[in-house]
Amino acid sequence: MNGAKQQPAVVKDAFAQALDVPQVAGRSLWEDARHRLFKNRAAVFSLGLLLLILVLVIVGPWLIPWDADFTDWDNIYSPPSIATGHYFGTDAVGRDLFVRTLQGGRISLLVGLVATVVSLLIGVTYGAIAGYFGGRIDQVMMRIVDIFYAMPFMFFVILLMVVFGRNIILVFIAIGAINWLDMARIVRGQTLSLKRTEYVEAAVACGATPLQIIARHILPNLMGVVVVYITLTIPQVILVESFLSFLGLGVQEPMTSWGALVNDGSQDMESAPWMLIFPAVFLSITLYCLNYVGDGLRDALDPRDRV
Amino acid sequence: MLNYSLRRLAWAFPTLLLLITVAFFMIRVAPGGPFDSEKNLPPEIEQNLNAKYHLDEPLVQQYFRYLGQILRFDFGPSFQYRDWTVNQLIAKGFPVSLSIGALAMLLSFTLGIGIGTIAALRQNSVLDHGLMGYAMLGISIPNFVIAPLLILVISVYWGWLPSGGWEWNWRNMVLPVITLAMPVTAYIARLMRGSMIEVLHSDFIRTARAKGLSEMTVIRRHAMKPALLPVISFMGPALAGLITGSVVIEKIFAIPGIGSFFVQGAMNRDYTLVMGVVIFYGALIILFNFLVDLIYAWLNPRVHYK
Amino acid sequence: MTFACSKRIWLVMLLSVLVVACGKSTDDDQAPLFSDGDEKAANSLVLRRGNGEEPQTLDPHRATGVPSANILRDLFEGLTTETADGNIIPGAAHRWNISADGLTYTFYLDPLGRWSNGDPVTAGDFVFSLRRSVTPETASVYAGMLAPIKNATEILAGKKMPSALGVSALEEFVLQIHLTSPTAYFLGMLNHSATYPLHQASLRAAKGSFSHPGQLVSNGAYQLTKWAVRSFIELKKNPYYRDADSVGIETVRFYVLPDQSTEIKLFRSGALDWTNDVPIGQYQWLLKNMADELVLSPWMGSYFLGFNLSREPFRGNKALRLALALAVDRDLLTEKVTRFGEQPAYALVPPGSPNYTPQEPEWASWTQAERDIAALEYYAQAGYSEEKPLVVEFRYNTSENHKKVALAVTSMWRQKLGVQSHLINEEWKVFLQNRRHKVLTQVFRAGWISDYNDPVSFLDLLTNISGDNDFAYNNEDFNSLLLQASQERIPLRRRRLLQAAEAIMIADQPLVPLYTYVTKRMVSQRLGGWQHNVMDHHYSRYMYFKNEESEPELEPGNSPAKLAPETTAETTAETNEKTSQVAISEDG
Repeated sequence: MNGAKQQPAVVKDAFAQALDVPQVAGRSLWEDARHRLFKNRAAVFSLGLLLLILVLVIVGPWLIPWDADFTDWDNIYSPPSIATGHYFGTDAVGRDLFVRTLQGGRISLLVGLVATVVSLLIGVTYGAIAGYFGGRIDQVMMRIVDIFYAMPFMFFVILLMVVFGRNIILVFIAIGAINWLDMARIVRGQTLSLKRTEYVEAAVACGATPLQIIARHILPNLMGVVVVYITLTIPQVILVESFLSFLGLGVQEPMTSWGALVNDGSQDMESAPWMLIFPAVFLSITLYCLNYVGDGLRDALDPRDRV
Repeated sequence: MLNYSLRRLAWAFPTLLLLITVAFFMIRVAPGGPFDSEKNLPPEIEQNLNAKYHLDEPLVQQYFRYLGQILRFDFGPSFQYRDWTVNQLIAKGFPVSLSIGALAMLLSFTLGIGIGTIAALRQNSVLDHGLMGYAMLGISIPNFVIAPLLILVISVYWGWLPSGGWEWNWRNMVLPVITLAMPVTAYIARLMRGSMIEVLHSDFIRTARAKGLSEMTVIRRHAMKPALLPVISFMGPALAGLITGSVVIEKIFAIPGIGSFFVQGAMNRDYTLVMGVVIFYGALIILFNFLVDLIYAWLNPRVHYK
Repeated sequence: MTFACSKRIWLVMLLSVLVVACGKSTDDDQAPLFSDGDEKAANSLVLRRGNGEEPQTLDPHRATGVPSANILRDLFEGLTTETADGNIIPGAAHRWNISADGLTYTFYLDPLGRWSNGDPVTAGDFVFSLRRSVTPETASVYAGMLAPIKNATEILAGKKMPSALGVSALEEFVLQIHLTSPTAYFLGMLNHSATYPLHQASLRAAKGSFSHPGQLVSNGAYQLTKWAVRSFIELKKNPYYRDADSVGIETVRFYVLPDQSTEIKLFRSGALDWTNDVPIGQYQWLLKNMADELVLSPWMGSYFLGFNLSREPFRGNKALRLALALAVDRDLLTEKVTRFGEQPAYALVPPGSPNYTPQEPEWASWTQAERDIAALEYYAQAGYSEEKPLVVEFRYNTSENHKKVALAVTSMWRQKLGVQSHLINEEWKVFLQNRRHKVLTQVFRAGWISDYNDPVSFLDLLTNISGDNDFAYNNEDFNSLLLQASQERIPLRRRRLLQAAEAIMIADQPLVPLYTYVTKRMVSQRLGGWQHNVMDHHYSRYMYFKNEESEPELEPGNSPAKLAPETTAETTAETNEKTSQVAISEDG
């Protein structure tokens, strides 16, 4: 649906590329989009907040005097306090929750990012190939996607965790492997329509190899969809990771993630509410912002929606 | 159309075969066996147990034995719950999962479509932002946080509804259904809003309005049907989301559905139960996707399957 | 449109049930959907117990695990049974004789004993059941317990027919059991589910599913009436029970509640009278808000860390093991981390074993500061230092409590010695396998809850022939002392041998004892009749609701009349002393 709507702008840009005109038209599309994005106050605010969290998560752990795995025996289970220096309180073994929350953020965001990239790589390649070659190849490839769609994937992820133990790399791959299906479908649709444009036909006529055409002409034009997809997939992946943590199959101590912290906190929400509130706020705000930025990007890249 | 449907259904068999094969070998590769426990079993007893469940045969032979069983719709005895067969366990668990899942599906679709439509009609108003912000909340907070919170306030503090457990009684269903429906509702509301806005800006709606029809009539007669299409195609992923969510909900509310069987089964190396649940849900998803396709075709006059 | 569409979705869902559901749920739990008034009224007379996981089976001979054991104790009665506080008393047999050599037991069954269908419980039933328990086809996990009975081991190995078992019915109500060696805890063992009688006729008639409601015939205080899988199991009073008049509570429901936070919320909203456990994080809160209902009792179990002696860095490095053992501050651990009143432990055998003193090392009486100094010395002696720290893998199985203990202990090691530990959290089955293989493990958590109240049940873990020796500990002196003890019949000598063995083992430090377990649960204040019990066996038949029609007078478990029937006089003083209970070892 998205793809169909986007076509006119994309075509114009791609056409300019095919004619080897300097990227004036292309830049104007992105400039346009940026302009529209910055007019969307919710999206801009979210983006700012997101950057703030990102900086905090990356830099924060170095600035806080506590080590993430330091046990403060005198302050176990202690509520947030300025006096003890534990601004977010401590957990059941006396570790500072502020550092833990920031560290958990590193893992959560990393899982989100890496898994998304994995699914992107598989999905885009797969979809572009299927869409470009079409016919028999396309049919077979899409049939395979259909088959995968019928798999109860969450169950396979659980099995994977059970078989290979809690391995963070595996979490990335497992989640990435689920998510590529959507991407493949979207990209295939886009590619199908791009393929019928004059400039691609022109490129074919000039003797460009399929690989060249996909890499030079098709992929660059998928950027818009891909960016939107990334911002909307990261929050999903973070949620999946937190779901695994809930089942006790998440990351390994002393490493942690927002999902794991939130799960720990939700066990004792009455007796130690700070253990739930701080990580939950970080998690929710991040997901909230990512979704808003994603929406904003989609609207910005797709002018039709904003009539 | 009929031809297309039959072909789709025929694909179910290779799909299921792949599913069975992957799941079978995956669970067998997992370290540890169904009879491991803190106390080491004397070797004679372990042998007796393995012989009883054919675990002493070569793996490939076991695989074909299992395929043979499946053809007879026999999932075998559960390793963990030894008084029951997997068929019995699924027959007991599925009605529970189904009633929770179906009610959550119903709730999320009605609520989601309603919220999405209202938000679209009042695009960019305070109401729109409020509703969408609320929907976003449903997506951003994991339901293993929302569920205990609801239990604490509604059941423990106020005592209005049971805090968990299962009886065939509406009171036991309210909280689980609401928590399960929440994220799906949010997704549908966002989807519906988007597609409704798009439809409302299309030419044929403008024509309808120009004819002087009332806004209500325009929405009901002309806009609703095309706007629903993306929502309908979301039903497949929604089902997957509900199945995943049910694992969480069943654990927190102590509901004896199939989701909890699966997780327990995987942990206990209850080979037959794990396989049974995977195959059952695989078949369910295939069937459901097929039905969604049919509904989609029926709603969308432009789709012609060949 | 919206509505019409949703309706269709409904139909689609219903259709899918009809197509896919592979069997009809024949169950009795299909009560009408909208009824809760009478449900509530009924609940006030129902004892509602949280019971952890779904029981694996209600076939007593195949059962393993605490959840099924709890239910089976209410359903069945062995030749002996227990008081509310855990002393062995006559059960289905109201008296017995033991031959002078301790090898022949003659049991006189209570002629009032009845199955839940009214049939008398006969000696023949016990012969049939004990034979079934050791038959290889039964594949009973606990059949090994019956090894003291003549020919049991041979039958189990398929070398003899089940009929060769040393058990015979002398008369309709007289049963004789022959043992191969005098077994100190034999009477206590007869309270274990592996020895429970089964009703032969109904078992045969029901084929595979005899343990389902309506088919299971039992001889205990209760009978099985409902089994809603993964939800609850309901028992109702057995009207034919030999002591039915003393049973106060008509209906008992055992709820399947593996998640402690769910369980405590149900308790707090009044839906449970008895919980199986308590969420560990909520101790302070419970103490502040529900102290009257929080019940903590000592438990016959040890929590410890094991070293794998078959590989680096612990092989042959006693100084290192000592350093790590000394550096753990058990007082801090139990006070601040586990926090439910666990007792710090320095010996493997928990206190409370009859006729035994746990052997603590000398440094158990030091202050922690002294221990820390010694720990550093041993650490250096073992060849490690701040520049060259020990790097070690610490394995534990997934659990909130194990995680906390692992974090606390490794944190102490790091802060005191500079040890770098890698925590490895494994799922239960993986953990067990790795521990058993002794290839990957270095330090691992372990726990042991005794099978029977005797130090041997702990010490046997570490012998070279033990199947559970995950430490690869092998000390000739220790092995031979335990072997001598198993043949020793004089209590004082046996005690000396066992104590000497434990002292040798503790000096070698193949493991680090941390604390003695406690049981922790919430018990409704309206519930009476239960008592603290080191084995954690709680029979519903001793319980009653206060201020209600059902039996308000005295606590049945305490009633001396019931506690010690005159018939026990026939048992000799010596065996009585050695009598001990049997529990199921299980530890997650």
